[in-house]
Amino acid sequence: MLPFKDKEVRVLAGTAVMGSGFLESSFNEGLRREPHFIGCDAGSTDPGPHYLGAGEAAFSRDAVKRDMRLLLLGARRLKIPLLIGSAGTSGGDVHLDWAYGILKEIAAEESLQFSLALIHAEQKKDYLKRRLAEGRIKPLLNAPHFDAGTIDRSERIVGMMGAEPFVRALDAGADVVLAGRASDTAIYAAIPVHCGFPEGLAWHAAKILECGTGAVVSRKTPDCMMATIRRDHCIVEPLDPTLECTPQSVAAHALYENGDPFKLTECAGTLDITNAKYEVEGDRSVRITRSAFIHAKNYTVKLEGAEFAGYQNVIIGGVRDPYIIGQIDDWIARLREKIRTRVSNVHADKLKPADYAIGIRIYGKNGVMGALEPVKEISSHEICLVIEITAPTQELANSIASMTRHQALHLPIEQWSGMMTTMACPYNPAYLKRGPIYRFNVNHVVEPDDPYEMFPMEMVKIGA
Amino acid sequence: MTKLAELASLIRSKNAGPFELTIDIMFDDARVYERVKRSGALSREVIARSYGVAVDAVRFFESDSALAIKASIPRPIIQGDIGDTDGHGGQQYAPLMDIEIG
Repeated sequence: MLPFKDKEVRVLAGTAVMGSGFLESSFNEGLRREPHFIGCDAGSTDPGPHYLGAGEAAFSRDAVKRDMRLLLLGARRLKIPLLIGSAGTSGGDVHLDWAYGILKEIAAEESLQFSLALIHAEQKKDYLKRRLAEGRIKPLLNAPHFDAGTIDRSERIVGMMGAEPFVRALDAGADVVLAGRASDTAIYAAIPVHCGFPEGLAWHAAKILECGTGAVVSRKTPDCMMATIRRDHCIVEPLDPTLECTPQSVAAHALYENGDPFKLTECAGTLDITNAKYEVEGDRSVRITRSAFIHAKNYTVKLEGAEFAGYQNVIIGGVRDPYIIGQIDDWIARLREKIRTRVSNVHADKLKPADYAIGIRIYGKNGVMGALEPVKEISSHEICLVIEITAPTQELANSIASMTRHQALHLPIEQWSGMMTTMACPYNPAYLKRGPIYRFNVNHVVEPDDPYEMFPMEMVKIGA
Repeated sequence: MTKLAELASLIRSKNAGPFELTIDIMFDDARVYERVKRSGALSREVIARSYGVAVDAVRFFESDSALAIKASIPRPIIQGDIGDTDGHGGQQYAPLMDIEIG
């Protein structure tokens, strides 16, 4: 890749997450600026633990294929690298294989030929146990308990790769890099940093690029974003001519989904934008200076893991009777007791009370904020109950849900006498089988010997 | 006295990863931002009280370049775990809207 002679590196970001879409007109405008490479993030923990646990992608195959096709065709037409990180949402091996399948299909359909690097991010359990025993797995803020048992219980654990594995892939001759779980910013910072541009500016531009048009004043749809990184400043620019960045919109973007708006931790160190300066550049762009990158003493790789948490069945029901709404907490407490009694009558041999959970959300009261809801008095004329049963098998969850439906339908109140029906069910069957559910179980970093040991790479000739 | 919702251009909440919730209170006018900042109506203590967490657990920031006040707290329940009410953390800001600003 080196030597890099240009005075600037131009970076085209496809969109915030592959599968969410972008305008072809914006992408073509980006290609017209002759970018040195195209990047696109394809994943996140944002959709929740299901995708990492179940090995599925959050966006549909067709939606990902649409975005990937345009990105691939654009990159091959200009003969510039395409870097894709966090393949298939969670970036485990199954997710990488899924994305690789789509990529091969596009290449065949379009008769493309290129060198592909596949970088794996799923971690071997033995490796993690060894690093844990060595004291080289350390908790981050608000981390749950983590031990060898957590590793065993995990469906999968991925490491979030830094910039170095991308650079290694390009040095090995890759035209396209398809990576498992990766730092969103590393996708965009890898080449500029490797080519000797100031690290603070490169990582700061990357932080803005990884969210696509997230840094514009008013985002209409997910879309492409362009950054130009020079020796003493960088410029960020939306490619849709109807969008604009302002110094405030770009500064404010650093707040989004970040716990700390000034310091962003990466594998190799911390992007510090405390003193960053944002200025108007032209009509719709922003010039950034003074961003800093502070190298860490130890290189760290963040882990993400998910473990099985049970099978669920959900019932959605409505209540309109003001008498019931007026005593809803008491009614719910009685309902719980009725369910518990029925379960012990029917499943005493299979289930102890601690083996299953009954969750009851009351929308119209505190369904959104739960215990944190400050409004205690409600005036809703109707409320929605979402009753969720979690049990060790789907059959047991279904069985308890069927009992729950019947108990909730006919749980009388003292204001009325005679047989009554107390809940409105909008669906038939009234239950929704949710299948297995998962929970995130790791918020830790590993200290590897080098940036590559957790991220093995395969080189593949596509279309050869 | 004016309610925060009438002064802010955007009040929002969102996960900052599965283990942290972050709240952004943003302004489009530097004078209004300064007024809220100086009023002392938003602080680590106010956030702690509003969300039932220890003062030490609140990270509190003022970003002059973004005209924004920001606070981050541990999520009460890890994203997506049993009992979580808001997988993306996006609807947890409403109680801050009524804070009175002097």
